[in-house]
Amino acid sequence: MPDWTAPTTVNLVDLGFMDSRSKLIDLAAFLDRVQRAGQDGDFRVQALKNAIALLSQDEPQRAKNVLLSFSDPSTEPIAKATMQGAIGTFKP
Amino acid sequence: MNYIEPHGHMVSRTTDDYERMAIAGCQAICEPAFWAGFDRASADGFYDYFRQITEYEPKRAAKFGIQHYCWLCINPKEAEDLKLADDVIALIPQFIDKPGVLGIGEIGLNKNSRNELKIFEQHVQIAQDYDQLVLIHTPHLEDKLKGTRLIVDALKNFPKIKPERVIIDHVEEHTIDHVLDHGFWAGITLYPESKCTPNRAIDMLEHRQAERIWMNSACDWGISDPLAVPKTMQAMRQRGWPPEMIQRVAWDNPRAFMGQSPKFSL
Repeated sequence: MPDWTAPTTVNLVDLGFMDSRSKLIDLAAFLDRVQRAGQDGDFRVQALKNAIALLSQDEPQRAKNVLLSFSDPSTEPIAKATMQGAIGTFKP
Repeated sequence: MNYIEPHGHMVSRTTDDYERMAIAGCQAICEPAFWAGFDRASADGFYDYFRQITEYEPKRAAKFGIQHYCWLCINPKEAEDLKLADDVIALIPQFIDKPGVLGIGEIGLNKNSRNELKIFEQHVQIAQDYDQLVLIHTPHLEDKLKGTRLIVDALKNFPKIKPERVIIDHVEEHTIDHVLDHGFWAGITLYPESKCTPNRAIDMLEHRQAERIWMNSACDWGISDPLAVPKTMQAMRQRGWPPEMIQRVAWDNPRAFMGQSPKFSL
């Protein structure tokens, strides 16, 4: 297999700005919507707000840190699975 | 450019999907055993399912010039029922020598329970006993980090299982380093919502310089896209990836991992 060849430099802002802008506005609108509906006390909404705060960090580890903020921090297996699906964020 | 789809649940897909994948350049599809979307009532359901993925799907794929391979197991979502799991694991030896069977998978954890872990270890024992490759599913969303760590720890108890013969799938930014740094292969799954987008996958591939990583659609009966791999290849082109590096991820890497099985010939 060939050794790693880095991609040629492209303008990543040109490629991704409009998509990111759209997703950010969608997120803002979601927070507005659930607040108007009186549902912003849901732990999942709080988890989103906690994760949003991580976006202001300077290190390019934001995606990893957002995922970590949603993750179950425990380390031992649970006694029994009582559901099969996942919610999207750990419930404290 | 040709590519390999190393993780697709084609029993859930239409014949039109096979055609579209073939047109996009897919040369081989590998189908891990998985959850049907409901719990099967007995091991008889798995017997028929194993026949389907070892006998019927290869013929369906061949009509479009695509090779079809598969992996065998009971998935972790049904592993809480230990009697069912034991009965299904007992079926595996009679299918393991079928021509397209590459190994044991996709085993792993779902909610990180003790029973899931027990059944996971039984599967790894089968893989060790029969010298099989291993394909591992890591849990979804909030359970992924913990499950990935439990899986890596459990594998340390099987000294004959070589990390280079194990792929740990569905990694994301918070788990990929843990997997690769322990010597395992890593799979990135391209899902519209619950796993990775093409751009996030490419970010991780650049971060790890595409070492021991494959990408897959894991297309199934849920929200998923059987053309996710060629779409990500297109995103790579837009991000300035040279053709040889795209080929490395979409072709060379999965071929190198699965080529460790003498049954894989591509």
